Amino acid sequence: MNLKELVTGESGEKQFLLGNEAAVRGVIEAGVSIAATYPGTPSSEIGNVLSVLAKDANIYFEFSTNEKVAMEVAATAAASGLRSFTFMKHVGMNVAADSFMTTAYSGVTGGMVILSADDPSLFSSQNEQDTRNYARIANVPVLEPSNCQEVKDMVKYAFDLSEQFGLPVIVRTTTRVSHMRGVVEFGDVNDNSSNNDNHWKRGHFNKDPSKYVPVPAFAGDMHVRLWDKIKKIEGISNRSEFNHEINFSDERVYGLIASSSAYNYAHDIVKFNDLDINILKLGFSYPFPQDKVVEFLEDLDEVFIVEEVDPIIERDVLAAIGAKNLDVIVHGKLDGTFPLYHEFNSDIVAQGLDKVLNFNEKTTVTYSSSLEELQENIPSRAPVLCAGCPHRAMYYGINLAIEELGLKPEDVIFASDIGCYTLGINPPYNAADYLLSMGSSVGDGCGFSVSTDQKVASFIGDSTFFHSGVSPLINAVHNKHNFVLTVLDNRITAMTGGQPNPGIPVDGMGDEAPEVSIRKLALACGCDYVRVINPFNLEQVVKTYKEAFERNDTAVIISKAPCTLIKGLTKKPPVNFVEGNCNYCDKCVSELACPAISKVDGKITIDKAQCDGCNVCIQVCKYGALEAGR
Amino acid sequence: MDNHYCIYICGVGGQGIIKTSTIIGEAAMNQGLDVVMSEIHGMSQRGGSVSTELKIGGYNSSIIPNQAADMLLSFEPVETIRGLDKVNSETKIVYNTHPIIPSSTDKEYPSVDGITKTLKENFKHVLPIDGTRLAIEAGSVLSLNMVLLGAVTADDKFPLTKESVIDAMKNNLKPKFHEMNLKAIESGYQSIKG
Repeated sequence: MNLKELVTGESGEKQFLLGNEAAVRGVIEAGVSIAATYPGTPSSEIGNVLSVLAKDANIYFEFSTNEKVAMEVAATAAASGLRSFTFMKHVGMNVAADSFMTTAYSGVTGGMVILSADDPSLFSSQNEQDTRNYARIANVPVLEPSNCQEVKDMVKYAFDLSEQFGLPVIVRTTTRVSHMRGVVEFGDVNDNSSNNDNHWKRGHFNKDPSKYVPVPAFAGDMHVRLWDKIKKIEGISNRSEFNHEINFSDERVYGLIASSSAYNYAHDIVKFNDLDINILKLGFSYPFPQDKVVEFLEDLDEVFIVEEVDPIIERDVLAAIGAKNLDVIVHGKLDGTFPLYHEFNSDIVAQGLDKVLNFNEKTTVTYSSSLEELQENIPSRAPVLCAGCPHRAMYYGINLAIEELGLKPEDVIFASDIGCYTLGINPPYNAADYLLSMGSSVGDGCGFSVSTDQKVASFIGDSTFFHSGVSPLINAVHNKHNFVLTVLDNRITAMTGGQPNPGIPVDGMGDEAPEVSIRKLALACGCDYVRVINPFNLEQVVKTYKEAFERNDTAVIISKAPCTLIKGLTKKPPVNFVEGNCNYCDKCVSELACPAISKVDGKITIDKAQCDGCNVCIQVCKYGALEAGR
Repeated sequence: MDNHYCIYICGVGGQGIIKTSTIIGEAAMNQGLDVVMSEIHGMSQRGGSVSTELKIGGYNSSIIPNQAADMLLSFEPVETIRGLDKVNSETKIVYNTHPIIPSSTDKEYPSVDGITKTLKENFKHVLPIDGTRLAIEAGSVLSLNMVLLGAVTADDKFPLTKESVIDAMKNNLKPKFHEMNLKAIESGYQSIKG
């Protein structure tokens, strides 16, 4: 499929779309004018697609420096009467939360939708937090799509709902919904034609401080209005077609309530095992549709609650049962029927249902001992830093500097951050000892430097530095903290798939943009020691780290070299192996651990397809067994 | 269950696994079948193991339960072993015999002939193909995914026609590669059928 179909596709047309692509079609059908994000898996592809399609779709789109800024861009657009969309991974909601909470109070004029993508089983995240809790903290509606068609339909519907009640609406996906592909039938597109010289429509902000400025005198009333809205919306969620029954049984003994991806597993298990269970699918789960749920529960003896991450619907169901004094047994996470953590699948849901229903015939598979032995002994294939990655060169260099300074590994704390460079946790680099969140390496450097006598080496990427690294750097200088901060400037937001950031001269719609200098920022923060170095020059790397570690202030080293995955870079010739010079010390394999270098049948082998010609290995080899390609 | 078919596709990041799966899914949609697919993005790429799951015919969940795949299509020998949770005694196990040695040094890479021998001891339908060689013969090692796509269409139980898969391929890949891809698809098809 050509992505342009998401803009030009007509009502009734069907396409095989990724959940994140379906979200973009929903945004286009809704007639959104302003969209902003900070990239984060599993939501990243929404931004990648929007950055390509924004101009064709009359949408202003930006990669904001962080999720809070993206939330503010969307909130002000919606306050100006435009439809606005912001999207992020679940932990991005933590960054955006401060402004998000107030947006619920002040409300919106144009529709505003926040898509937050949860990551059960932590495929690419530091935690499994459940976005549905944010809907309850802030008191805003939440929709939970289960498949790609629902992603599209719910995103579009969320804008209507938001506009009708003047409240932002959350669409909560999970990795398995965002990264599911399925058939999506398109609907009509709302007109969002531009009314000015730009490609997107402009709104108008009508001043009303009592609505938009939450000083104590006004904020109290805002909270009252918020509850008023939510009570009304509960009436809508009780009648919503997104909350509906799927009946597999004439008897009403067992029921099952499920949402999001967990619903898919439950549905398939019930259907393909012919279980006598009726299902209530909750797609509009907050405000909790209590009347609808009570109506479903009334004739039942027992009910299963199947939801991923926190037992949120389960607690609401228990509360409804208590309030209405119903006699229904609840099987969910809280009684141990289903796990309290990690994503579900059909096997996990089947095991849970089987604890009560005993339907599952256990089939044990036995394989030959040679296969069992083979299964236990296959090599792991974890993600690694790419061949030619500048981060590897920096990690190798800092470890060498530490050794040359006579320090032991336990004398230096590596405060890491969120990005590809977190892979430095692996041997032989062992360069991640502590990590909290985006930008935390800098604040962690501050804390360790006053709490211990150990040296601290903080590592942060360029995009992460812009996201949340600058204000803790100001803190470090002002409070006289002593650590070495390395900004790994690889000229891209790499881990999430190569989005631009303020350090490069391109914006989210592909237009030229002013480049913000990390070096000047560090100097402006008051750092006296700021060095920009070439990570592939090992001698320079080691010398700079030795200098920096000898200092008693916040020293900043900027490693500046592009990510090897950036398209259009000229590839340098691969390294040659000179067998006669090799003394088999294995340093290049065991200490550099480049995926392009391996030892096959006792001999060093360079994978010429992978080797990027960074030539760091040549500087590591003392025997001249590796030489630059020509 | 007519037209129900689940394929678990696995290999190493960069081998064209997601594109192959998308082509099959789009072909299924064009033949009027229900289809869902699951893919992995993000941290799992960077040279790590990658898998997609494709389910044709009336499923809501895009994840294949254990032992429920009709076909295991593996782009790399050791990844075949990692995918065995999804297979049962009737599953067709099709895999490329060309290894990609991981940079991890925890375990030695096993012999590919040994893998084939062990698989054949345990499963009825074990179909190793030298996909990398066939891809090079078709014009480029990058057409490996097309060789394996051709192999899928050769299974008698596969509910899609080779023609609809070829149409979907043409809709998803650049015209300048179509001739090479057709050659690769045909050689993959013949390596199973022939």
